[in-house]
Amino acid sequence: MTTMESQVAIRAAGLRKSYGTQVVLDGIDLEVAEGTVFALLGPNGAGKTTTVQILSTLISADGGEARIAGHDIVREPDGVRAVIGVTGQFSAVDKLFTGQENLQLMADLRHLDKREGRGRVRELLERFELVEVAGKPVATYSGGMKRRLDLAMTLVGDPRIIFLDEPTAGLDPRSRRVMWETIRELVAGGVTIFLTTQDLDEADRLAHRIAVLDHGVLVAQGTPDELKRLVSGGHIRLQFADAAELERAARTFDGASRDDEALTIQVPSDGGIGSLRALLDWLDAGSIEVSALSVETPDLDDVFLSLTGDHDTKKVTVR
Amino acid sequence: MITSPLVLADSTTMLRRNLRRMRRYPSLTFFIAGMPVVFLLLFVYVFGGALGAGLGHVSGGRAEYIAYIVPGMLLITVAGAAQGTAISMAMDMTEGIIARFRTMDIGRTSVLIGHVIGSVIQTMLALAIVMTVAVLIGFRPTTGPAEWIAAAGLLALAALAVSWLSIALGMVPKDVETASNLPMFLILLPFLSSGFVPTDSMPDGLSWFAENQPFTPVIETVRGLLLGTSIGNSGLLAVGWCIGLSIVGYVWARRLYERRSAG
Repeated sequence: MTTMESQVAIRAAGLRKSYGTQVVLDGIDLEVAEGTVFALLGPNGAGKTTTVQILSTLISADGGEARIAGHDIVREPDGVRAVIGVTGQFSAVDKLFTGQENLQLMADLRHLDKREGRGRVRELLERFELVEVAGKPVATYSGGMKRRLDLAMTLVGDPRIIFLDEPTAGLDPRSRRVMWETIRELVAGGVTIFLTTQDLDEADRLAHRIAVLDHGVLVAQGTPDELKRLVSGGHIRLQFADAAELERAARTFDGASRDDEALTIQVPSDGGIGSLRALLDWLDAGSIEVSALSVETPDLDDVFLSLTGDHDTKKVTVR
Repeated sequence: MITSPLVLADSTTMLRRNLRRMRRYPSLTFFIAGMPVVFLLLFVYVFGGALGAGLGHVSGGRAEYIAYIVPGMLLITVAGAAQGTAISMAMDMTEGIIARFRTMDIGRTSVLIGHVIGSVIQTMLALAIVMTVAVLIGFRPTTGPAEWIAAAGLLALAALAVSWLSIALGMVPKDVETASNLPMFLILLPFLSSGFVPTDSMPDGLSWFAENQPFTPVIETVRGLLLGTSIGNSGLLAVGWCIGLSIVGYVWARRLYERRSAG
């Protein structure tokens, strides 16, 4: 293994997967540096979970290859499994067991010795605020508690690379915050995180690099800032009191996108004073009444919409 | 990497997991023992008088029929446990924790071995319950402890074969409902054997099937070990069938487990 290799935690080239005639992944290339957070961003059905399942050796790809910490996922699956931890979308806990028993099970399967295992279990119960419910069956846990236990179980073996498939989907704001903090702590400790999300804000906050997946194809890849630069400038949003004003404004500003329901239009702009002044002049000249105005710099929503641009992707911004 | 030296440790961990799950659901073990107990009482008290007379021995009657059908009932217990085993395997496969196990560096077969050994232990418990009821209603083994232990050993081997087959059956369908129906044929098989009536009282074709299907030599051997009837080559056949079916079940279950994706 060369030094170059060891700095790349995850490397995939040309991953393909189909179920019957349905192509789920159509040639995915990606590279994740050690100790960073990589977010795979995309709407439902884009192929995010399939990517995680392939990289974590759960299912096999139809084509392409991938290495995790230098281990080939097909030829050395046990080498891969020894360094990864996976927390999927569906809780991977034993519902008939208590939280403590679930964690102890992981400690046993990671072959920690008795004292070490018990210490690790106690530490994780504390870290994820599960001490009080440790002796209760998991079937009685709330969704947030189950997800925290799930992540705690993943951490028992101190994995160097962690796959998190939509870790905050359906979580209450507090559990979401705990999850984010945990991810930051893990990365500070040198762990590599591969995360999938439909939430642009989450990717923006956590990830060093983001790849946008749409219909099985990576449509963009880069740092959050690089992705934002992909869309030229931001826009100015104008709010109107009624449809008539909206109509007149829309005729004045040709390249603007309008939203008839919200009675707003978005005029492309670099957000500078000059363009703002020009816009106000146009409004004056046309005697158009504006009830509210906001200047918006590009965010990942703009990136996403401009990259994917079909109706399904609207879901991405909802949470 | 074919075999990890830790397969044994991981299988033990998985067995502990299954035994703990069993303790959380004790009703399943009683359910498994319940059906053969009901059959036993039904056959002895409802059909026993008539069927016993048909055995063609001098004394005949209900008392002799108890002795005749207990080995068959023990095998009904072994076969009936298949349903519980298939259900618990199918339930496990629908849970996310199996997906977690598959992404961990643990012996690939340890999940299966945990289920199989757990199921054998469960079957042996059910057999103990059925045997206790049999003794209570008048069954009296006529042989010594060495033969009883041999009978228990053979029943455990039969349970092993049935367990491997039933965890495979539990993984064939995607849903638990279908998985619970698939092993039904296993419960029927002991009835089409020498367990309840002598095979020569059956029509030709059926009689041929009954004499050559795997449950018959096992029943004949258990009968010989408990009551001193002649065993002949049944012992060898019984062990051969059990080992053969265990291997078939093991290979089948492994393939299904490897192939079946979690999502």
